[in-house]
Amino acid sequence: MKIAIKSLLAASLVMVSTSLLATDDAGFSLGNNFEEVTGEALYHAICQGCHMPNAQGAKGAGMYPALAGNPKLGAAPYVIFMVSNGMGGMPALKQYLSDEQIAEVVNYTRSHFGNHFTDVVNADDVKTIAQR
Amino acid sequence: MYQAMTSLGFAAESSQPGVLKLDGVKKGATVLVLGAGLAGMTSAYELRKAGYKVKILEFNGKAGGRCWTLRGGDSYTELGGATQQCKFADGNYINPGPWRVPYHHHHVMSYINEFNIAIEPFIQVNYNALVHNTKAFNGKPQRYREVQADYQGYTAELLGKVLNQHGLDETLTHEDREKLFESLRHWGALTDKADYKKSYEVSLRRGFAIPPGGGLSPKPEPSELLDRSALLQSELWKYIVNGQDIEFQSSIFQPVGGMDNIAKAFEKRVGDLIEYHAKVTQINQSDKGVTVNYEQQGVAKTAQADWCVCTIPLSILSQIPVQASSGMQAAIRSLPYAASVKVGLEFKRRFWEQDEAIYGGVSYTNLPITNISYPSTKFCDKGKGVLLGAYVWGANAFEFTSLAPEERVKKAVEYGKQIHPQYAEEFDNGIAVGWHRVPWTQGCYGLWTEEKRAEHYENLCQVDGRLVLAGEHASNLPAWQEGAISSAHDAIKRLHHKAVSTAA
Repeated sequence: MKIAIKSLLAASLVMVSTSLLATDDAGFSLGNNFEEVTGEALYHAICQGCHMPNAQGAKGAGMYPALAGNPKLGAAPYVIFMVSNGMGGMPALKQYLSDEQIAEVVNYTRSHFGNHFTDVVNADDVKTIAQR
Repeated sequence: MYQAMTSLGFAAESSQPGVLKLDGVKKGATVLVLGAGLAGMTSAYELRKAGYKVKILEFNGKAGGRCWTLRGGDSYTELGGATQQCKFADGNYINPGPWRVPYHHHHVMSYINEFNIAIEPFIQVNYNALVHNTKAFNGKPQRYREVQADYQGYTAELLGKVLNQHGLDETLTHEDREKLFESLRHWGALTDKADYKKSYEVSLRRGFAIPPGGGLSPKPEPSELLDRSALLQSELWKYIVNGQDIEFQSSIFQPVGGMDNIAKAFEKRVGDLIEYHAKVTQINQSDKGVTVNYEQQGVAKTAQADWCVCTIPLSILSQIPVQASSGMQAAIRSLPYAASVKVGLEFKRRFWEQDEAIYGGVSYTNLPITNISYPSTKFCDKGKGVLLGAYVWGANAFEFTSLAPEERVKKAVEYGKQIHPQYAEEFDNGIAVGWHRVPWTQGCYGLWTEEKRAEHYENLCQVDGRLVLAGEHASNLPAWQEGAISSAHDAIKRLHHKAVSTAA
């Protein structure tokens, strides 16, 4: 099967090498919850499984949306909601993550991969939206 | 994780398949089936037999969907573009998806019978396999049978003490206390005084330090028990109940040579109906029929039929415009898909058999690989052997999926080495499937919760106009092939009923 791969920008290629290094060194979580702490570590342990190491998304019978340069990430509450509660095929991740971890990974994704959203979210914002 | 899955409704026993009486098909009536997995091919096979004109659209270049086997020479490209070449020796394989057929999965068993698909026993419980906790017994794996016998023996002994101390005098009659005491001695291999201790009888359960032999060979020597407190604290008792779940009780089977023999048997019968490489892009319907848009090798095409059975996983279908009731639309978008990973590892020799007398079955561990499953086939083969080196759910499955395929294999070898040091010398090659990276499903199976089922399940399963959905996601047996096939039977029965009672 042929998978269409979106062409990568030169700038993002640089990031691939650093992100792969990060996962190489990462151990796995022991127990049922994610133990990664930083947004970067969490992205590369969870999100890149579907959205890919460079956040470029992927296409098969369906698709995974690119998070790179994605204007939808402008609305922080939307991103928090998606990570916490899921939507469609995307699983709710709040069962595995603390509010702090969700805030970290949301902030990381909104400020990397060509996204430059400067408003930062915190655990309290997550708490309101995740509705545990 | 198995226990958690069981509580999600996995334990429901499938009902016996009745005879599908699809009588009185209207002349020329047509059905379009979307997806050539087991649900789709079952629908097509039965509907054509009944007299419908059937066509199947399939995204892949082959049939089977998740009923899938990887063998030497196969190539697999996952989402993101990474391609793995399977380098297994001839005859070796892994089933990245379903790998077991419990005896009570009557729909699957009936097609195995009808199509004469060769099956063999799948060894689920192996008393000589290992149970392992990195934080117990200095990280040394223990034998399943030793943990099983000692846990049962100590528990029986303690309950016997409670009886002797009159702890159950209020609860049980004198006669029942006597029978319980007798049964505990029997069940736990206890002494006459209901002690659980090192003995010949106990070693008949847990194994001997020096096993009985012939002639002038050394006298049998009973084995030492595990320390009771260490055993309790080890949590290894978690692993000795799996085989008691109905889904894992003997007898369980596997098709000889790979699970996809089931898919191939269906494909042999309905392959002429399948249009491959067809990516569905839109599903429309009116009171006259169903129109499905799809892309094939970059060309936009349209298929029409009177009726439609859609078996596309909801992870994909939720991204496709579907003309259906708002209830069904909401149901389609309600279901997340589980993360799961399998890693197949090939070794230069079957060291688990040759060195450790482990023939089939499963070793369990708290390491992220979760378990190691030894092949239930080709016992005593002198060539290379393939075992399932990781079968992962939950958080670790996301972490495994996030790695590049070769890193997943590397990790599985690294962790497995802690259970079988032979890995270091004997590892040859491996292949890893993370289900969220599988292009035709984007996930392993539909992850229902009780709440979601209460809200959406009935809407999902309705015949909606001229459309009905089928697949494991439309069943109470999520992730099982039995769910897919029994859902197809139920869906086409109801669709047929509507078809014969609808004017023109």
